[in-house]
Amino acid sequence: MTELVFFTNQVIISGLVLGCIYALGAVGITLIFGILRFAHFAHSELMTGGAFIAFLLASAFAAWGIVTPVPTGFVVLPIAMVLAAILALGIDKGFYAPLRKRGAKPVTLLIASIGVTLMVQGLIRLFFGAGSYSFFQNEPKDVFRIDLSAIGSTRPLVITEPQVFMIVVTFVSVLALHLFLTRSRLGKAMRAMADNADLAQVSGINTALVVRVTWIVAGALACMAGTMLALDVTLKPDLAFNIIIPIFAAAIVGGLGQAYGAIAGGLLIGFAESLAVFNWTMVLRPLNAVLPEWMQLPATLALVPTEYKLTVAFVILVVVLLVRPTGIFKGASS
Amino acid sequence: MIQRSLTLFGGLFVLILLVGWVMGLPFTSSRLVEAAAYALIALGLNIQWGYGGLFNFGIMGFLMVGGAAVTFISAPVNPVFWGSDGPALLGRALLAFAGGALLVYGARKADRIGITGKWKTVLTVIAWFGAYVLYRSQLDPAAAYIESSAGGGWIGGLGGHPVLGWAFGGLLAAGIAFIVGKICLGLRTDYLAIATIGISEILRALIKNMDWLTRGTLTVSPIPWPTPLPQDLAGGGMDNLSALVAARAGFLVLALVVLGGVLWLIARAYAGPWGRMMRSIRDNHIAASSMGKNVTSRQLEIFVFGSVLMGIGGAMLVSFVQIFDPSSYQPINHTFLIWVMVIVGGAGNNWGALFGAVLIWLIWVISEPLSKAVFDLVSMWSTNFGWGAIPEIEARSAQMRVFVLGLVITIALRFAPRGLIPEVVKREG
Repeated sequence: MTELVFFTNQVIISGLVLGCIYALGAVGITLIFGILRFAHFAHSELMTGGAFIAFLLASAFAAWGIVTPVPTGFVVLPIAMVLAAILALGIDKGFYAPLRKRGAKPVTLLIASIGVTLMVQGLIRLFFGAGSYSFFQNEPKDVFRIDLSAIGSTRPLVITEPQVFMIVVTFVSVLALHLFLTRSRLGKAMRAMADNADLAQVSGINTALVVRVTWIVAGALACMAGTMLALDVTLKPDLAFNIIIPIFAAAIVGGLGQAYGAIAGGLLIGFAESLAVFNWTMVLRPLNAVLPEWMQLPATLALVPTEYKLTVAFVILVVVLLVRPTGIFKGASS
Repeated sequence: MIQRSLTLFGGLFVLILLVGWVMGLPFTSSRLVEAAAYALIALGLNIQWGYGGLFNFGIMGFLMVGGAAVTFISAPVNPVFWGSDGPALLGRALLAFAGGALLVYGARKADRIGITGKWKTVLTVIAWFGAYVLYRSQLDPAAAYIESSAGGGWIGGLGGHPVLGWAFGGLLAAGIAFIVGKICLGLRTDYLAIATIGISEILRALIKNMDWLTRGTLTVSPIPWPTPLPQDLAGGGMDNLSALVAARAGFLVLALVVLGGVLWLIARAYAGPWGRMMRSIRDNHIAASSMGKNVTSRQLEIFVFGSVLMGIGGAMLVSFVQIFDPSSYQPINHTFLIWVMVIVGGAGNNWGALFGAVLIWLIWVISEPLSKAVFDLVSMWSTNFGWGAIPEIEARSAQMRVFVLGLVITIALRFAPRGLIPEVVKREG
């Protein structure tokens, strides 16, 4: 049983945590692609920016002496999400809307989004330097060690408090997004516009409103993903810049433009990354007793070395693009 | 049009003189050599994006390949490695690689012996996995042995001439571009952009972690120059400053000769039937293919040509700074910077790409000292007002470069979407 618990700690929990973050980021990217038809690179900066907004709010809470039973990062999350949504709207108004009005090609918008990435990245580094910050400077990061000796495991099941909250919050928001997209008028309008923008417009859908709502949803979800990532690891200016390609991989694997596909893709990439670097010897060690001398397992038996963890997502991306370019769920093509 | 270009190039010349006057000759001379290498890289992207309309966001990968190639060719020979068991172990790894390739090839041809459909897919996946395990089982011990002190740490170089290394950089980049192009060029814009970024990240991870081949984060230095070094000239009786400047001028002349040759070649290609065909594919690939042009193989061709220039440029940069440090490569500095150069200069126009490369490189390097000066000034004021000085001015001004780059590209897209020296569209007949 020890081996099974070890597997759960190393693969299931870490894969789920990573997958939740990828999924939330990928949903935003896929919604923007569905509605506005361009790959929004600056999504990483919405995530990092949102995390820094949440960090500032959490620091302010700590300075005012407000103590909360749950990690402050989660308490300030709704406020930070509103601010991040406003930021996303502002970026659209300032940089993308003028280009769209001119009738620029999606490629131009993609390059503009890289310009935005660089600017926001530069501003964040200007104000916060290149160092890293922690949400848990003023409060302890609770770690739950669930004793499983009852079922014969010598190792406890380890999960941190932010991770529990993260998984719960992700599932709640995915459910909310699902209800929004399928039940509300606006959500249906969004899906209609993603399917066919011209047809949606002639049937009386207010496309400008749909675009605004898309940015609000994408900005809020990006802020949520960024803050939760910063709560799990540490907050630094290149927090999300480093994982934007796995997030894109998740969106493409799920099929660009498909919200549910993005969630599935995010979880898939998250699990694949933690499974690929998992050291199988830890689980298969009992076999050493029965295996003959010449077949003893080596000390590390991972599919890829740990330093190549991030490349797993790229390899999956390339394979999916080769075998099924529209993604697992059939996605839009530009 | 001609007048506008001349004015802009005149302005650039004045800017260079100004930078030379303010920052001093050693700073400016080395920035100019780098600008020449970046101009070569920007011409490579201009071929791919300006002529062919191909999205390549994996420039960093090709620069790294060029750098690794010139390191391999021109670094001194490592006698410890060649005297150890390392070459034999590597030979076995190579054999395992060939065996794995054969296995995959065999599985792909399995329909010849009646295995088709789903079974063939299963067989191919198993063959890939088997080939991977076979290769890793031979390579891992070889790599561990070479990285140990008995194997000499890394395989060392060949001690060849650096210009040979540049050519090899171009060749290696061409080979990789061929594979990448085969995989990715069927994809359209956004997908292609993301796929190429992914591939450049894979290349970076490989070059950074294959310590036995590239020395990884341990870095290789010094890498020799193709022209006499400042130390050599100073030994010949020159004083230090003039030896430095003369040596860099020598390197610059060599770089400009390469650049000039490349520019002449691609300008001729652009004006000829080949260039017209490429533009027709870029503007309407459906029409071009209905006229009997093989769009896919033409695009592959142009992708390879552009990548060759990137490989040579990357090799030149590594030669010049004399150190190959895989961890110094960043997407911002080595992919997005080149894109800003081409977009601001004018995609599809070689002179535009050239102008953009030198201008953006100068903006990139002077925005750090410039923002430091501005911060110093503001800090002085704020101290006088009693608000205290700005903390960590050095670190902050280093980060301003990224912001300035983003600002430049967004302004350019908004107000000069076709670049400062745009493509000249000739209307014949």
